[in-house]
Amino acid sequence: MPEGLLCNKTPVDTMEQLQALLNDRRGVTYYEEMDQLDVDQKALATAIQNTCKSRLRTWLEICAHCGLCADACPYYLVNDKDPKQVPAHKIQSTLGEIVKRKGDVDNAFMQYVMDTAWSRCTCCNRCGMYCPFGIDMGIMFGYVRGLCFAQGFVPWELKIGSGMHRIFRAQMDVTQEDWIETCKWMEEEQEDDWPGLKIPIDVENADLLYTVNAREVKHYPEDLAEAAILFHIAGENWTVASEGWEATSLSMFAGDWAACKMQVETVYESFKRLKPKRMITTECGHMYRATVLEGPYWAGFESGQPPVECIHYVEWVGEALRTGKLKIDPARKIKEPVTYQDSCNYIRNGGLGDVAREIISYVAEDFREMSPCREHNFCCGGGGGLNGIGRYRPQRNKGLEIKRDQILATGAKIVVAPCHNCWDAIRDLEEVFHIDISWSFLKPLLLSMVEVPEHLKPEED
Amino acid sequence: MYQFLTGPLLWLSFLIFFIGLIVRVVWYVRGLSWQMDRVAYTKHVSHGIKGALRSIIFWLLPFGTRRWKTRPAMTILFFVFHIGIVITPIFLLAHNIILKERWGISWATLPGPVADTLTIAVIVSALFLVLRRIAFSEVRILTSAYDYLLLAITVAPFFTGFLASLKVAGYPFWLYAHIISGEIMLIAIPLTKLSHTVLFFMSRGQLGMDYGIKRGGMKGRGLAW
Ligand code: HEM
Ligand code: SF4
Ligand code: SF4
Ligand code: SF4
Repeated sequence: MPEGLLCNKTPVDTMEQLQALLNDRRGVTYYEEMDQLDVDQKALATAIQNTCKSRLRTWLEICAHCGLCADACPYYLVNDKDPKQVPAHKIQSTLGEIVKRKGDVDNAFMQYVMDTAWSRCTCCNRCGMYCPFGIDMGIMFGYVRGLCFAQGFVPWELKIGSGMHRIFRAQMDVTQEDWIETCKWMEEEQEDDWPGLKIPIDVENADLLYTVNAREVKHYPEDLAEAAILFHIAGENWTVASEGWEATSLSMFAGDWAACKMQVETVYESFKRLKPKRMITTECGHMYRATVLEGPYWAGFESGQPPVECIHYVEWVGEALRTGKLKIDPARKIKEPVTYQDSCNYIRNGGLGDVAREIISYVAEDFREMSPCREHNFCCGGGGGLNGIGRYRPQRNKGLEIKRDQILATGAKIVVAPCHNCWDAIRDLEEVFHIDISWSFLKPLLLSMVEVPEHLKPEED
Repeated sequence: MYQFLTGPLLWLSFLIFFIGLIVRVVWYVRGLSWQMDRVAYTKHVSHGIKGALRSIIFWLLPFGTRRWKTRPAMTILFFVFHIGIVITPIFLLAHNIILKERWGISWATLPGPVADTLTIAVIVSALFLVLRRIAFSEVRILTSAYDYLLLAITVAPFFTGFLASLKVAGYPFWLYAHIISGEIMLIAIPLTKLSHTVLFFMSRGQLGMDYGIKRGGMKGRGLAW
């Protein structure tokens, strides 16, 4: 059976396909079918020929085999310095072999490649900072994921995830109606406490167009309410889009480049329609990476820039605190020791380390940096889609150890994690290791200490 | 024999060396693609240049990056090895005398003891590079015979040249060995991964542009390498 009913080379474009995958609990049948899946060696060879160009080939060729990247990788460190976890080895034994053998590889090999690309690398790009040649295994594994996806060797959850984007233009099965209803519901919920609060939908020429993660809409809609309250207090002229409201990209983690393009184009379309001055993402790292940094290239913009200036939530918070749009009551600053989880996607790869510190200086009295921190920080342990892949849960949990030890070394009790993936990983970390910490997005913290202008308070009767 | 080795063969080696390296650079640049690499190389030139220069310069400075700081022994090894490889042959008095005789040009030269020290430093550091390949599991797993071969090709001209300069017994043998191994090295540089002599700058420059243009260079203070 070369192509399975569930595990095959065809991406998920219809509800029937999606439902069939979802019905296959934990992907049991899916992975059974994967054992039979044929490798289309010709297609693989052609893909390598057409897309593995000088940058990637040079990286593969000039690697000095010096091992300096080894301890850059969290997975090398937590797995007792297993040489098989050395980034250079991981990439040479996967992409290096595929190139060397010109695509002539078998099913077992492709499964090794898949397991390596998703469970031994989160594409955190840290190793690239430690290689004297600047060989970035994170970029290379991103590329490898694309090769795997095209061949059907992709973890079950991510096949589903990229299908969600293809069908719903969101990472979960949240329809446009669900989304608008949630906005209305959250608006109504705030009626008593915040008279006049609106979640404006499809307002043209707003100063800020706010985009969210479907996870918020589906699992914690209060996040949307909190965002609305903070915008309300800051007096922002903001809006959300009825279409193109979701800016994450599990398809990026899956290596489904066609779906990446569809997803960002939907978001960019809303910019065109609503002409906002700026777009602002919610507290999500990979959303910023996908829609702001990589998206313009998927969409084919030679400038490499999104059509409208885009900022991450932390940039807005920094700005609002700096300009006094949001004022913090000093008495309510956090007294307990606090640390900050530097997300690879907007700190290492987005240059936003400074603004994160600026925010912390407003909200916490006792801030403790992790070591290392900023662009040198370790991935939370759940990046690149790893958090969500059942097949790799043991590897993911092992990877959390590095973050656990970093946090413990700071003595902090609260971890500020303005990134969905990091937040999830740290929540799971507490669940697995019980180190007695709490973790938080910025929004609830800010709400607990922001000064509310008199005119926004509900009238006492 | 000497005539042939230092005549046509030397010319051929230099030809392969220079043309080979130029081809490497041209092939590298031509293979870059803004869309596939997802870096708008030509649209934000000043950010790109700044990122590239930062990426190259910090890594060329001993202890200039976090990696060089956290691995002091390897850093010293690397810089001693490479400074010796690059400086010694170019500024060696004996090489300059030959140049002067042939073409009437020459430039600054190293005093004899300095040149000797650098040469010995190359040989000793190469020895340590071999030892760490054997000793450390994270290097061992990456190492194959090819890596030792390249180290041998790199060190041979220094080893043989040093013996020849000492005028030990069998001088003509060491001299010929020196010339031949030097030519092998020149030819090997563009044809093997020793091409990193130029591709180091290309690759570092590219990643620097990636960070400078796309990954935060326009917002932050520039990556702290
Ligand atoms: C000026 C340009 C050069 C630069 C910037 C450069 C840079 C580097 C870097 C970054 C490494 C990897 C780190 C390491 O293994 O120590 C390396 C390794 C190496 N380089 Fe160079 N290199 C240059 C020229 C050369 C030349 C001309 C040769 C010899 C012909 C050479 C021979 C080697 C060898 C043999 C290694 C591997 C060392 C080992 O076994 O670990 N390099 N070089
Ligand atoms: S640090 Fe760079 S050159 Fe050295 S082994 Fe790792 S990838 Fe190769
Ligand atoms: S990108 Fe991150 S996870 Fe992947 S090999 Fe490099 S350091 Fe390890
Ligand atoms: S989850 Fe956060 S830290 Fe982990 S890879 Fe993503 S951005 Fe990086």
